[in-house]
Amino acid sequence: MPEIKKYDAIVIGGGHNGLTAAAYLGQAGKKVLVLERRHVLGGAAVTEEVFPGFKFSVCSYVVSLMKPNVMRELMLPRFGLELLPLESTFTPLDNDYLLRTADGDQTYREIARHSAQDAETYMRFGPLMGQIGMAVRPILETIAPNAIRPTISDLSSGKKLLDHIKSLSSEQFEYLTKLMTMSSADFLDEWFEFEPLKATMSTSGIIGTFMGPRSPGSAYVMLHHYMGDIDGAFRAWGFQRGGTGAVSMAIARSAEHYGADIMTEAPVEKVIVKNGRAIGVALENGDEYGSNIVISGLDPKLSFLKLLDEHDLPSDFVQDIKHFRIRGSSGKVNLALDGLPNFTCLPGGGHHLRGAISISPSYDHLEKAYDDAKYGNFSQKPFMDIILPSVLDPDMAPPGKHVMSCFVQYAPYDINGGWDDHKREAFGDAVVNAIAEYAPNIKDIILHRQVLTPADLESIFGLTEGNIFHGELTLQQLFSLRPAVKWADYSTPVKNYYQCGSGTHPGGGITGSPGEMAAKKILGIW
Amino acid sequence: MSYNNQFTAETQLKVSPFFERTSKLNESQEWRRWSGYLAATNYELTHENEYFAIRTKAALLDITPLYKYIIEGPEAQRFLDRLVTRNIYICKVGQVMYTPWCDEYGKVIDDGTVQRLSEHKFRITSAEPNLEWLQYNATGMDLIISDDSVSTAALALQGPNSRVILNTTANDSLDSLKFFWMMDTKFGDIPVSISRTGYTGDLGFEIWLDPKDALSVWDLLLEKGNPYGITPTGLQALDIARIEAGLILLDVDYISSRHAIIEARKSSPYELGLGWAVKMQKKDFIGKQALQREVAGGSEWEFMGIEIQWSELENHYRNVGLAPRLPSTAWRTSTPLYYNQEQVGYATSGAWSPILKRYIALAHIKSPFAKEGTVLDFELKVEHYRKLTPAQIVKTPFFDPERKRSCPK
Repeated sequence: MPEIKKYDAIVIGGGHNGLTAAAYLGQAGKKVLVLERRHVLGGAAVTEEVFPGFKFSVCSYVVSLMKPNVMRELMLPRFGLELLPLESTFTPLDNDYLLRTADGDQTYREIARHSAQDAETYMRFGPLMGQIGMAVRPILETIAPNAIRPTISDLSSGKKLLDHIKSLSSEQFEYLTKLMTMSSADFLDEWFEFEPLKATMSTSGIIGTFMGPRSPGSAYVMLHHYMGDIDGAFRAWGFQRGGTGAVSMAIARSAEHYGADIMTEAPVEKVIVKNGRAIGVALENGDEYGSNIVISGLDPKLSFLKLLDEHDLPSDFVQDIKHFRIRGSSGKVNLALDGLPNFTCLPGGGHHLRGAISISPSYDHLEKAYDDAKYGNFSQKPFMDIILPSVLDPDMAPPGKHVMSCFVQYAPYDINGGWDDHKREAFGDAVVNAIAEYAPNIKDIILHRQVLTPADLESIFGLTEGNIFHGELTLQQLFSLRPAVKWADYSTPVKNYYQCGSGTHPGGGITGSPGEMAAKKILGIW
Repeated sequence: MSYNNQFTAETQLKVSPFFERTSKLNESQEWRRWSGYLAATNYELTHENEYFAIRTKAALLDITPLYKYIIEGPEAQRFLDRLVTRNIYICKVGQVMYTPWCDEYGKVIDDGTVQRLSEHKFRITSAEPNLEWLQYNATGMDLIISDDSVSTAALALQGPNSRVILNTTANDSLDSLKFFWMMDTKFGDIPVSISRTGYTGDLGFEIWLDPKDALSVWDLLLEKGNPYGITPTGLQALDIARIEAGLILLDVDYISSRHAIIEARKSSPYELGLGWAVKMQKKDFIGKQALQREVAGGSEWEFMGIEIQWSELENHYRNVGLAPRLPSTAWRTSTPLYYNQEQVGYATSGAWSPILKRYIALAHIKSPFAKEGTVLDFELKVEHYRKLTPAQIVKTPFFDPERKRSCPK
């Protein structure tokens, strides 16, 4: 019987969702312990000085869906949350470019330079997606009802969902249905004609997902990313001052403010289960901690197949978790730079370096990159979502120097022959070469390069198969199916064992939402 | 990081071909955005002189930012007749028609003028981009739609002296050019089209020209117009004049049904006071069926003028020890209107009319309360406190001089 120290709740994993759950439980007066395997907090939302003077948002690099009520309720601005706007999306092309900025007139003109009709359509598309996002949000924010064994509260939330869906206009319903079923390429083809615009918009349908823009289902992923919400403004992506690790630290400080204990370098070996109930955890070093409730912020594979013994779980549930799709599709390359990249199509500095730089000139470019991965190779010419954090926050690098964050897709976890040092460097070279096609000076200004393959994302951050969302955001594993059909309400087949990571509803991204909703669910039945 | 600006002109705000002149004349350096262009708010430090130029002299306005489209081909007339609510089959070459156009639910998308340039060639102007809507509805028709927004520059010359200035500038007399007709002429050797149209409700003209001639035309008009008081005029003065004329403004008085997002924001032509421009006897046009149902069942809203009553307004200010305050410029803040303490409407734009000496506004009013002469309560803030003050429903236009339509004998 573990009795070193008795807690009300233990949270496994000091990622941003685990910390969020801990803060909410602490706020409600519960004594909480957070156990983090690594020496730093934040999980995938972490900032590290990998190269002296250069701070990298090593893994997760932008903040999109952080829930406004989480920010308010946990007083995150008081504890260091400072979100700077990412003001543009820049798609370099061979002899031209596409630049969308925060200004409607400027963006209209720029798109009209390529297609007058697209410029006009674009003005309607954003508000429409906002409306659809508004229609979907209540669905995302409702605790997924247990469809199989509904309780009274499941029935009432089910009815709320149904009423909400009934309240949608026929137009909203039409687009919602299309977004749920179509590929992002097909969906965007109904709206736009300029290929680089469509391709760049489609990328939010493939990020973190092992699909191409022409894969059915990718349109929903696109909508999911469209719902980025900062200060109530839809589709406003932000960069946290100090990197995404500073978001995690703000939540950690809030949790500590509410009395939570947080331990780093404390890897958990097992959840201790007795008579079908979780009663505590055992660390790898043999220490044991007892608690009334155990919550895992890890992905479903680790939460159930590693931290528990299979015989503690129903076999159909074990099968569901084994089938849960968590294929890693992306890598991350972080560069320390001696200066700024100089794009041939738009030389010098300017707005285009203050936002996202998207290497996505065409559907074919993206789909071919996917083809490489489909057959077990990393993309020779990958899709990339690049930001220059030091342009937004000069403290990220020494004066005059810069850091560049490259999200790279595709890099399959199951690469032919397995990942090794040689393949990692070849992958890094492919990335740098791809950037050099548009900004040839890149090779001369690299001071240091950190290449993270899906295998590295798994070993460093504990992301199974290197999947950044704790499981793909495709429709068959969302809502009441995330992560498994009867267990989408943060509870598990093991009594007093709960889950609060991105592998639960509503899914990945720096949202705080799974952590918040898990905590509220637990507090509701405590 | 260097901030040297490497953008091509296409990513900046647009400047019109008159900008080289207007930017130097703009003493206030106050600019508004109009369709992505920089447009002068006022040229002088206050707009008053410019307003009175519209009403007593001649005001010269750069209206290049208007969206303009050329529809050309054997089916251009059929296309436009189906698109808009007015009857384009009776539009003669050289004639201009003001018209709204609707979606299939009879809700207004935009309003503008249709100019018949020749047998098979029309120009349509609009407040917002409409290329997508035009192209959707032209599918399979024998015509070509081209965006004329940049390829044609435009000036408005408005005010009682506008005709005499044009008569001294143009090679042809404009004396016989009737209200809402247009003609081709030349200023010396520069070809221009002149329509007797405008957004001020006064005698006035709009001049359509090749952008390459913009500066020559501007200089010529200022030179010839100098003895007649020609005055470069900005949008603030225009806004007062168009309210006096009872002319609606997209995104201020109504929202395009293409961008309205929610149903409640959409308006039919009847609900914008444009019922006169809906020609139900036409065979078919977009939105006709919905509008027929609305005619049969009655419209929910009407669009009317209101006049805020002076003596009560004065009393409100006297009660706090102040002389009456009036807005110095036109306002665009939606303002509630009540009847027996129930909100029955809202005013969308208003101004003190310097020529009429009346405080006027344009308002959406629920039909049962929209009878001319009805007195509603208008919400007014007096020294931080909300007050209700009477406003009477009146007909528009508030200002309608005889010279607007007449020709010299």
